[in-house]
Amino acid sequence: MSYTHALLPPSYVEIEMADESLFDFLHMEIVSHIYKEQQSSKGEMDNKDRAVCVSVLESMGFRVGQGLIERLTRDSPSFKDELDVMKFVCKDFWTKVFRRQVDNLRTNHQGTYVLQDNKFSLLTQLSSGKQYLDQAPKYLAFSCGVVRGALSNLGMDSVVTAEVSVMPSCKFQVVVQKL
Amino acid sequence: MSRQSNRTTDSKKMNSELFTLTYGALVTQLCKDYENDEEVNKQLDKMGYNIGVRLIEDFLARSSIGRCQDFRETADVIAKVAFKMYLGTTPSVSNWSPAGDEFSLILENNPLVDFVELPDNHSMLVYSNLLCGVLRGALEMVQMAVDVKFAQDTLRGDNVTEIRMKFIKRIEENLPAGDE
Repeated sequence: MSYTHALLPPSYVEIEMADESLFDFLHMEIVSHIYKEQQSSKGEMDNKDRAVCVSVLESMGFRVGQGLIERLTRDSPSFKDELDVMKFVCKDFWTKVFRRQVDNLRTNHQGTYVLQDNKFSLLTQLSSGKQYLDQAPKYLAFSCGVVRGALSNLGMDSVVTAEVSVMPSCKFQVVVQKL
Repeated sequence: MSRQSNRTTDSKKMNSELFTLTYGALVTQLCKDYENDEEVNKQLDKMGYNIGVRLIEDFLARSSIGRCQDFRETADVIAKVAFKMYLGTTPSVSNWSPAGDEFSLILENNPLVDFVELPDNHSMLVYSNLLCGVLRGALEMVQMAVDVKFAQDTLRGDNVTEIRMKFIKRIEENLPAGDE
């Protein structure tokens, strides 16, 4: 969506909406804040501190995921099975939230799904390749929560983790918890 | 000459919902982490500042706006270009001080507060305070020191949301020795 504006030089007729980039900036600052806060009380971080940060980010994402899916599926018919839900998440939900579809969905048909996104939107600004690979988990925690929150509202309790071997390609693993 | 966008209005709304919901989750988390509203307001301002100092580059790259000649032009660019671009809303610029160094941005609707209600025990919370920090940080990077605060807030019962911006001074560029 774009618009024209009188304040712009005549040669530049349109501006793209950049609300996505505003989210990106907010997300990065949230990650930075959470880690800084955890660190400041001790001076340095150990694995337990990192786990706390990941957990806080993940639960923030969870609430956001729940809210997003609620609005997205308000008028949709219900899903026929788990796989149907996952396909919806990979297509409609992923497009709305992460601006593209999941590239590859695999399952063992026993409750485990792997969603591969080769250009994960929250990683593209970090790097491509191996640079900052060790930083990637910080920037995936929130998204894991978003996915888990969405699935939770769709009736699927799950554990969601993510791994990156080459930026910005990312694999999300969803393990559905059976009651 | 408008390009055909293949994003529907629903999709556009969803993206701002991602931002709005994330912002809400942030404020909720900060209220948990800090004891009082004043401290939360401060954190929001600080985080906004950190975002602003980076956002300005993004803005300048996207908009190709040149240097503003005066504070009035700055106000127009903020309201009609920046707010529109990032938040999808165009506040009106008004209440100029006689000296021309202070103005208000009046937002009829504040996208950050969709579906938000302040609980009773947070009367001092300036929910959207991140915006003040963003504006302050962004303008600092273009050599303007400004003071930004909310004068009215629909979340606290006012009819509109009003951001008051005051020009403090021009920041001299500090060039390291040896540069031209």
